[in-house]
Amino acid sequence: MQNHYHYLPVFAEWVLAFPFLAALIVYTGALFISRRKGRKWPVFRTFLWLTGIVLCLISVAGPLARLAHADFRIHMVGHLSLGMLGPLLLTLGAPVKLLLRSLSVHQAKRLTRILRSWLLGFLSNPAVTATLNIGGLWVLYTTDLFTIMHESPLLHIFVHLHIFLAGYLFTVSLIYVEPIPHRTSYLYRSTILVLALAAHGILSKHIYAWPPEGVPKVEAEVGGMLMYYGGDAVDLIMIIILCCHWYHDTKPRETVNGGVLAPET
Amino acid sequence: MDKVDNPQKKYESRNLWAGILFGIGFAAFLDEFIFHQLLGWHHFYDRSTTRIGILSDGLFHAFSWFATVGSLFMVADLRRRDTWWPKRWIGAALVGLGGFNLYDGIVQHKIMRIHQVRYNTGNLLMYDMLWNMIAVIILTIGIVVMLQTRKRMKERVS
Repeated sequence: MQNHYHYLPVFAEWVLAFPFLAALIVYTGALFISRRKGRKWPVFRTFLWLTGIVLCLISVAGPLARLAHADFRIHMVGHLSLGMLGPLLLTLGAPVKLLLRSLSVHQAKRLTRILRSWLLGFLSNPAVTATLNIGGLWVLYTTDLFTIMHESPLLHIFVHLHIFLAGYLFTVSLIYVEPIPHRTSYLYRSTILVLALAAHGILSKHIYAWPPEGVPKVEAEVGGMLMYYGGDAVDLIMIIILCCHWYHDTKPRETVNGGVLAPET
Repeated sequence: MDKVDNPQKKYESRNLWAGILFGIGFAAFLDEFIFHQLLGWHHFYDRSTTRIGILSDGLFHAFSWFATVGSLFMVADLRRRDTWWPKRWIGAALVGLGGFNLYDGIVQHKIMRIHQVRYNTGNLLMYDMLWNMIAVIILTIGIVVMLQTRKRMKERVS
């Protein structure tokens, strides 16, 4: 990328790393308390959650984040970890469920009331989260925002927080691992997931064909393909989980029609 | 009579949809795996692609990705209910496979110019003809198989 960009200031890295470090402390604390209460917590959830936090941390702070500031290909790897794979792993780690276990009954009730609020209902509607997520990316890569972001540390912080939060809300609104009060049907969530994946793929090809300003053609082509196939990979996991949940939820009580529908061949 | 008939109809059409969805998904999978990755004939993007072509590719790509996984879960669901009808499912899958390839070969390759079957060949027309002919053959076989199962359905109802 061209050299007129300022270096990523260290304070921007710290500001972005802080929420993840704080979450790490809260999760570990909740884990400790719920264990003392005698409730077991699956090891795989802890493992997935920790992996997610590490992925998010290295994409906002440290050498990878600094490289991403200068190279579009690395930027795209960071985008995939911070906006897609990281949020998916964090969702599977079910932090809210763990938190509810560790809180006292009174506190847990208060947290549930917040989860039931109108605002969180709105923010957990898949159509809203998909628009925030994919719409945000379209704005980032097809307007001047991408260039301006590299010159303003504040905007850099804002854009990266948005990428993470929008990605996380999107995942949580599609895959119900957490106790989510406002639920929508499988058909609705599947439709939104397909449309969001399509918009993501179209944007990747758009980047490949018309690179954002200041991004060299070669970097845009590799970046676009990374986004296309990386998005496919993460979405495949989401599709499988969604279908798996559907399969369990529609378990029949007995076979219909005495189990006879089709004659042999 | 009605009580027996209704769930049957429901599962007959579910076999059909599971097959068509799988056919579309499988076609897209073969396209990506064989022609994009293994042979390298198809290109990710070529400069003559129309904007509507990128849109169509994105939608079909996403849909087929979901269809492959979703249809297999539908088969698993039909099987645990003992209502899977392999012949009808295969017929429908061939219809999906042939139908999608025909759309790909005529609309996406030729009209929207997403990419060509193969580049640097003097005889693109032959590749196009072959591509679409194979699609039509698969589609026809699928329709024939499905018509056979339909006949059987009618026989059973009467």
